[in-house]
Amino acid sequence: MEAHLQHLLNAVVLGGTYALLGIGLTLIFGIMRVVNFTHGELYTFGAYMAYMLAGMMGLNFFMSLAMAAVLGMALGALIEFTLLRPLKGADIDTTMLVMIGAGIAMQAGEQLVWGGVAKSVPSPFPTEPVVIGSVSVGMNRLFVLGVALLLLGGFYLLINRTKLGVAMRATFQDPDTAALMGVNRGLMYTLTFALGSGLAATAGALLGPIFVVTPTMGDLVALKAFAIVILGGLGNIPGATIGGFVLALAEEFGAGYLSSGYRDAMGFILIIAVLIVRPQGLFAMKERIG
Amino acid sequence: MRTMKTTALLLSAALLAPGVAFAQETIKIGVTQPLTGAVAASGNYVANGARVAEEVVNANGGVLGKKIQLIIEDNKSNPKEAVASAEKLIVRDKVPVLMGAWSSTFTLAVMPKLVEYGVPMVVETSSSTKITTSGNPWVFRIAPTSAMEAKSFAEKLDHFQPAIQKADFLAVNNDFGRGSAEEFRKMLQAKGVKIGVTETMAPEATDLSAQLSSIKQSGGDTLFVTTGVEQITLILKQAAELRLPHRVITNGGSSSPDQLIAQAGAAADGGYFTLFFAPWFPEKAVHPTVAKSFVDGWNKKGYDFAGLTEGYRGYDGIMTIVEAIKKAGKAEPQAIRDALWTVKLDGVNGDIAFKKDGPEGKESGQNEANVYVVQVKDGKVTMP
Repeated sequence: MEAHLQHLLNAVVLGGTYALLGIGLTLIFGIMRVVNFTHGELYTFGAYMAYMLAGMMGLNFFMSLAMAAVLGMALGALIEFTLLRPLKGADIDTTMLVMIGAGIAMQAGEQLVWGGVAKSVPSPFPTEPVVIGSVSVGMNRLFVLGVALLLLGGFYLLINRTKLGVAMRATFQDPDTAALMGVNRGLMYTLTFALGSGLAATAGALLGPIFVVTPTMGDLVALKAFAIVILGGLGNIPGATIGGFVLALAEEFGAGYLSSGYRDAMGFILIIAVLIVRPQGLFAMKERIG
Repeated sequence: MRTMKTTALLLSAALLAPGVAFAQETIKIGVTQPLTGAVAASGNYVANGARVAEEVVNANGGVLGKKIQLIIEDNKSNPKEAVASAEKLIVRDKVPVLMGAWSSTFTLAVMPKLVEYGVPMVVETSSSTKITTSGNPWVFRIAPTSAMEAKSFAEKLDHFQPAIQKADFLAVNNDFGRGSAEEFRKMLQAKGVKIGVTETMAPEATDLSAQLSSIKQSGGDTLFVTTGVEQITLILKQAAELRLPHRVITNGGSSSPDQLIAQAGAAADGGYFTLFFAPWFPEKAVHPTVAKSFVDGWNKKGYDFAGLTEGYRGYDGIMTIVEAIKKAGKAEPQAIRDALWTVKLDGVNGDIAFKKDGPEGKESGQNEANVYVVQVKDGKVTMP
């Protein structure tokens, strides 16, 4: 029983960050329809910014997190402005190739600036874990889960309940009509990409202190983010949230009870199984790409 | 037209000439290490150790009257890239001898190329038994095999208080991790220690809480961990979060305890680490003067102290190669291979000499290396 509970707790904590990555990408891939290969690199960027601000410059940890998120948004806006804007109207393959190139260039850049050796971000939390009955969890992980849940709720409200959210959704459903209604389309594109990128950078900055920071840390993460988005249904924020938690549960219990060496394979096996039964994902929107 | 051709010829000759002259002045040694990717910390440390050796050798007049020149390639912590880097060094740079490739998996991937091109390689790190038993006569390993490490560890088993009653294993899912877990399991079983669970992890895995939760349930008192320093850091941190009651012992010699103290903090306390060089206690090395000259050379370069435990591998590896070139009298692959069998060298780890290992007629060279066990206590490395 104790083992089940510990695995469950591990999965919930991990699921929070997966969900954060998932909603960031679902904004860009699901709503904007950009196959974004820079998502994992934005995650890495966020982690390195946290390392630079909190680790090298000695700034306050929470301040550094906020700044890493803002810098991630700024980088996202820059990518949209310089790479995606000139490609407006280009077919999906062209955009995808440009984004693959951008992802590779960013990873090479990170390697050049920071070197290949792992960095560690100092964490302000005590190493003593929080003990609940027979299970325990690190304070830093609880903090990550808390921030993730806050952001998940916040973004759900932003997209579904605010005027800005309506404008964003309208822009990607029917750009011309949205423009006629007075929506600034260019601004919406940049803003959506920046928000999605900011979420990836936040996830990286949050997880930096828990894991170690390396230039290739975003590779597997990007793959998982795509899986989560597809699992939850494109462009669906609650879907991506649930998809994140489902993936974490599959990995954690698969590794705990089946085979730990193939932990990362477990999640993808589950995704293949889901897509065979429900090709549109668990919580799909009515229409799909392509 | 003719003048143009002549000019072009002269020009290209002029351009080529310095290159030719340069090549004649140095003896090239190829090095393939993981400088980026999942195990980059160790690869960089080994490469730095090799650079220290290069400087020491050249400061003492080089070998055969020429300076040595290292050509260090990044194998990106990836077996495919390891093969590509070795091939590049052999074909393009025409190096007569190689050192590499850190991980057993990378080394095993490179080995067929050594036979194909007939170039010897000194293996400075990899511990998988398979490397010297598969019948590859171009491989010479200075690092201990997992079996040797387990044997040395067995002699120290009685020092553990309270005694090890039941052992669990957490190993990286490759030749290094699986091979080492297997050898230690056999050794412990023979010593009457109960064996609990064996969990594995992908080399790039970062969240190991599922494995550690299962290990916690096993009821063992000691956890043997086999992987590189990056994953050891994560395991120590996550084990503390899960209140894992086990005593943690890492093997394989790639733990860089000072890096663990810096990055895992209090979580590293109480852990035991097997190493092949203990730079905190150079006086305990078999050849203290050799150990001291290596540490001095390392410090002069301004390299990180934490890297010494791995850096020695690069130093001993290059020194072994240089000794073989000296004995061969020429920098040619076949001659260097034959000379490697006659090398007798005082290394940082201890005496370096190769014994035959593997099937008859196609033996690989294997060195009997020394193993040390250190413990981290209150943020300091001690030798129990």
